Amino acid sequence: MEKQNLNIPWLFTMAWRDSRRNRSRLFLFVSSIILGIAALVAIYSFEDNLRRDIDMQAAALLGADLQIDSNRPIDPEMQKLLDSLGDERAKELTFASMIYFPQSGGTRLVQIRALEGKFPFYGSLETTPLEAGQEFRKGQRALVDKTLMMQFSAHVGDSVKIGELSFEISGILNNAPGQTGISTTVAPAVYIPFNYLEQTGLSKKGSRINYNFYYKYSESADIEALVKKIKPRLEKESLDYDTVESRKQSTGRSFEDLTGFLALVGFIALLLGCIGVASAIHIYIREKLNTIALLRCLGAQAKQAFLIYLIQIVGVGFIGSLIGAALGTIIQQLLPIVLKDFLPVAFTLSISWISIGQGIILGVVISILFALLPLISVRNISPLNTLRMSFRESSFFRDPVKWVVYSFIVFFVFAFTWLNMGGFMKSVYFTAGILGSFFILSGAAWLLMWSARRYFPSSWSYLWRQGFANLYRPQNQTLILIVSIGLGTAFICTLLLIQDVLISRVTLSARNNQPNMVLFDIQINQKSQVAALTKANGLPVIQEVPIVTMGVEEIKGISYAEAEKDTSDGSPRGAFNREVRATFRDSLTDSEKIIEGTWSGKAEPGKPIYVSLESGYARRLRVEIGDKMVFNVQGVLTPVTVGSYREVDWNRVQTNFRVIFPTGVLEDAPQFHVLITRVPSSAASAAFQQAVVARYPNVSIIDLGLILSVLDEILDKIGFVIQFMGAFSIITGLIVLIASVLISKYQRIQESVLLRTMGASRKQILVITALEYFFLGALASLTGILLSFAGSWALAVYSFETSFNPNFWPAVILFFAISSLTVGIGLFNSRGILNRPPLEVLRREA
Amino acid sequence: MAILNIQNLTKTYSSAGKDLTVLDHVNFSVEEGSTLAIVGPSGSGKTTLLGLCAGLDRSSSGVVELCGVALDNLSEDDRAQVRNKYVGFIFQNFQLLPTLTALENVMIPLELRGEKNIRPQALDLLDKVGLADRQHHYPSQLSGGEQQRVSLARAFSNNPRILFADEPTGNLDAETSDKVVKLIFDLNKEAGTTLILVTHNLDLAAQTQRIIKIKGGVINSDILTSASV
Repeated sequence: MEKQNLNIPWLFTMAWRDSRRNRSRLFLFVSSIILGIAALVAIYSFEDNLRRDIDMQAAALLGADLQIDSNRPIDPEMQKLLDSLGDERAKELTFASMIYFPQSGGTRLVQIRALEGKFPFYGSLETTPLEAGQEFRKGQRALVDKTLMMQFSAHVGDSVKIGELSFEISGILNNAPGQTGISTTVAPAVYIPFNYLEQTGLSKKGSRINYNFYYKYSESADIEALVKKIKPRLEKESLDYDTVESRKQSTGRSFEDLTGFLALVGFIALLLGCIGVASAIHIYIREKLNTIALLRCLGAQAKQAFLIYLIQIVGVGFIGSLIGAALGTIIQQLLPIVLKDFLPVAFTLSISWISIGQGIILGVVISILFALLPLISVRNISPLNTLRMSFRESSFFRDPVKWVVYSFIVFFVFAFTWLNMGGFMKSVYFTAGILGSFFILSGAAWLLMWSARRYFPSSWSYLWRQGFANLYRPQNQTLILIVSIGLGTAFICTLLLIQDVLISRVTLSARNNQPNMVLFDIQINQKSQVAALTKANGLPVIQEVPIVTMGVEEIKGISYAEAEKDTSDGSPRGAFNREVRATFRDSLTDSEKIIEGTWSGKAEPGKPIYVSLESGYARRLRVEIGDKMVFNVQGVLTPVTVGSYREVDWNRVQTNFRVIFPTGVLEDAPQFHVLITRVPSSAASAAFQQAVVARYPNVSIIDLGLILSVLDEILDKIGFVIQFMGAFSIITGLIVLIASVLISKYQRIQESVLLRTMGASRKQILVITALEYFFLGALASLTGILLSFAGSWALAVYSFETSFNPNFWPAVILFFAISSLTVGIGLFNSRGILNRPPLEVLRREA
Repeated sequence: MAILNIQNLTKTYSSAGKDLTVLDHVNFSVEEGSTLAIVGPSGSGKTTLLGLCAGLDRSSSGVVELCGVALDNLSEDDRAQVRNKYVGFIFQNFQLLPTLTALENVMIPLELRGEKNIRPQALDLLDKVGLADRQHHYPSQLSGGEQQRVSLARAFSNNPRILFADEPTGNLDAETSDKVVKLIFDLNKEAGTTLILVTHNLDLAAQTQRIIKIKGGVINSDILTSASV
């Protein structure tokens, strides 16, 4: 036979004509992807704008062309090299110290930045008043972070005591190069002029100080080439460096992680929407069965029938994506407000056409992909349906095209995750998690249908039986509603549980009788006096330990230089660059236990020194019991033998160590001490801190109460961002729910009207409808909640390495909320059937 | 010349693991331009026979030759092409596309062929069935009789050589039925189309030239009526 051509223009005409009386239903399907696309366009636009801003403000992020830093004093030879670099130079020493506000009597651990030179060379120290950023350098003055000023109600002109010296507050520090809202919450900064540092008495040997050197070059200088030249020397001396380019990359990378995560949250909203698409199209095609059969009967090819509906889907998918992209561009205006505390650069808003394009393409692709599942059944609709109606969906196993579509969907989820998150295995886990959730929810739905049929409660009253039977009868909505509602619930519940886990992890540490204050940087000669002062204030000395900082020089005879050459995965190169804080003692504490080897608490002269390593640290170093290591204890090379592994409970508020030396080795090494105590109240805490700071200004204090409030604040900020993004999923879930329930209304309309015709009362129809949706909502939310418990447990144990002690109440509330919402929406949608005469309903809706 | 040739036609369905033979070795042929009624009780297999004759379904065995084309080995799309080229349909429940107007419904078979300027032809057919003034109405805005008349206009729009009608008056009252039947036969005569109709209505069957009675999947009788004279 001569092949009939497809007649593309006619296909478009038919697609348009066929959609005429169903556009509201098609809009239902499109509405479920609008929010997902909006979220993604908003995030992509934000990312695009941020990248542009980072590019434009890169120099201001670093404040210089080159920064070199070290966490140990610079030796004179290296200092010569450092002094020879740059056209302009600045130096900054940073360290943690206590600050004391005499006016209010407040004390707090802050980051002191002692600055010399005209840093920042690019950008500025943003201060109030404006000129304070320059003025503070001219005298005994300080710039104090705005959060501190607010906390202690301090004013410009007041004084602060840092170490043994008082400074006049010359201005409020609003922002500094590369600083974000979050970083000031953790460690608020106080700038002082470098030439007063000595007099504060805080720069003594033993203090943990970072040395930063900033350089400005003329525009023609090739910084990257220069860095390449001096890199070997810097690395040899364990000095780090940062150029505008590397800072730009690292800032960009950290935001890629953030925006990647946010995009994934948006993607979950989109996936939820996709379930809506698939379910809406499934029902839509079912309703079009007759039309398709007739077209086939009149001579349309299977391909033509398929294309008519594909054109409709592409059309509405495009419109939905367009609306989503427009909405996303509007939402983009909100993101900088939501994320302001995380932004290191001044953010400028502009329309990102690339992001809009990405969003629209993604929307259309995803509409097609998920609509294809039900749509491919069109190919198999027989023209015989014009004579005798029967809809048999093509079997998953018999139709290879379904396999292809499913494979495309899985590949799409994986590829999207990979593009946004990076990391092959991470993407595999995420995709597997999504797939697993789908399977479990589908399994729950099948189980419900099977058991409802198998153990049908024949003794129940008619209304209950009718509502219950609706779960498995032909054209039921069980599978689609359970998957969509269940997945939405699982996502919301996981957010709630993980937030709870993070907060309880911290609050757990603050419970009764647990230590809640740590004093560190205590010099060896202050040790007994600080302990005495603690006791004099009525506070217990719970623990007091010496800390010696050191570096790793050799592992199993391999030096850093040799390890550098070894590029295999097994090489513990990173261990050489990290400072190790070790202690020495003759016994173990109750938060640690030996799991392998033998603990020896005392070193015997002339014999090997047996150290104990924390088991995880030993694993990372790839050392076995009996292996040799050499530590560089501030210039003195100390060979040791790995004697034992310890398991350490890191969740306790006390000092724990990766490396413990026996007594008799480090006693004379430069060291500082840590003292741990418990303060009963915030008033006692303030009084004790004041007393310590007044007498021992070099001693720093961590108040767990303060840490808790800081952490709470950070979690609040992060939580707000997550909740903001989560809202997209939640609202999408609701839209899918509304769409699914609304679609199922068309399924139930005929029989409800029939029941009405036969005399069923409004109340009876209402009860039947409510019961069906209650069964669906309850099972979906219960399965979703159980899934989220499993997911949160895995996240808590494997990702956050903490125990999972969930609070059940939010889950219980969520269960009732989702179940009632499902019933509510179901009933709301049925009101049309209940309030109008049956014939009118049939004419209007059928 | 035979426009439809049926040889040893058998249709078997599998249901719950058992084979159910709905048509069993049916043989007959139909001359071009003639009219034929297939009658029989419910479940006798007449609709199945109609579906197989029109190429809407595949037989289990036997031969269906329509307009000189053997349908059995054709793909679903090729059979669709045969239907579009040679066949017109009238259904008991009218089967109009609900989203298309009366005129658009009539135009569909011609549009599927890719023909141009078909509007006057479709309008002419609507005029013949007395519905030219309802051309822009949707099926839901038409009565049952009107819908069947639109369906009639559509059935003739592609100038079919053979017309299959499945209980064409089954959903209509007596008065409307008479009007529709008259139209079917008038248009059929005017176009010289072969007419095969399936019906319970013996009065309607009597108006055709030949009646095949079918029962239990086999032909019970095959008689010429007075109309054949």
